[in-house]
Amino acid sequence: MAKACRLTPSPPSFAWKIEPETILTQVVTEPQSRPDLRALFLGFSSVGLSGFGGVLPFARRMLVEERGWMTAEEFNAQLGLCQFLPGPNVINLAVVVGKRYHGVAGAIVAPLGLLAGPFVIVLLLGLLYDHWGSLPLAQSMLRGIAAVGVGLLFAMAWRMGMALKDKPAFLPFAVLTVAAIAWLRWPMPVVMIAGLLLSGGVAYWRLGRR
Amino acid sequence: MSLVVELFLEFALLAFVAFGGATALLPEMHRVVVENHHWLDDTTFTHLYAIAQAAPGPNVLVVTLIGWEIAGLAGAISATLAMCLPMSILIYLLIDRWESFAGRRWQKAISLGVAPLAVGLVFSGATLIAQAAGFGWAAWLLVGLTVLANLRMKVHPLWFIGVGAVLGLLGFV
Repeated sequence: MAKACRLTPSPPSFAWKIEPETILTQVVTEPQSRPDLRALFLGFSSVGLSGFGGVLPFARRMLVEERGWMTAEEFNAQLGLCQFLPGPNVINLAVVVGKRYHGVAGAIVAPLGLLAGPFVIVLLLGLLYDHWGSLPLAQSMLRGIAAVGVGLLFAMAWRMGMALKDKPAFLPFAVLTVAAIAWLRWPMPVVMIAGLLLSGGVAYWRLGRR
Repeated sequence: MSLVVELFLEFALLAFVAFGGATALLPEMHRVVVENHHWLDDTTFTHLYAIAQAAPGPNVLVVTLIGWEIAGLAGAISATLAMCLPMSILIYLLIDRWESFAGRRWQKAISLGVAPLAVGLVFSGATLIAQAAGFGWAAWLLVGLTVLANLRMKVHPLWFIGVGAVLGLLGFV
């Protein structure tokens, strides 16, 4: 009968996009300071420039641990909507933090700070690519990086899939998404709307059953 | 319609379905940019993805790079804004009301329901990049080793990028 218990759906979590350590290292600190616009810009700049392949954990460290602009609870609560809505979570988060301290101005300055540095770097790399990208050496280097990048993507998909381990009813939807997107090449907006209706419908039904 | 405007509209539409962030959008960006509009070819697309991997910053910057390659600085700005602006505005308007609908049954259902779709999107992105790059057995071997190493060891992703770059330079991939 122990098996039957395991089949009951576990409490839903919104944490599937966060790195596990982000949740585990909750430290409760009181927010101490109220940043001005310059501090917002610089704080988020440091976040934007410090991360490779996702900067959300760095945003948490800066906001909660280093600067104390938010408590861990506040961070988790506000991150909820940032992860619920589509789009780059960390940009959404910058808008939320910026608004909280300086309204519209803050909501513009914080994401600008996050993006400005990496934006310049990426364009410089783009310039280099336009000049040297056709060289065989550059091409083979980028090919090597692309192969590793594909590996990192597969690993990421695997990890996200493992987060669904206790909800096997949802795995077919992952498979259907791959079939529709990678194989049939259907437009993503259509696939997402249909997928959300089906997968979200199943989730809605299961939530009501408990 | 000017290219920059067209770019903005295409990417702004994608912003509304970017569950899982810019990474989950890779297959659709490939479809729009390479297959539909022929703005870039397969090789350039995979190169831009590789460059974005090697650069610091939020994942969304692959969009910036694609915009840059298609329409220069105006393209980079327009693509980035298109990707970030719609949800930024929405979240600005909604965040104060989040508490009132967080945890409702429909809200939980969407969060739960979207998770497997995001898994499928990231997986599709990986297969499409591999396809576009025309990987041979050596590249697939490197892919496999990267997956294993990344899942088994706690190593900074930048090391993987470095190893990939060196192996590529040496002509192994």
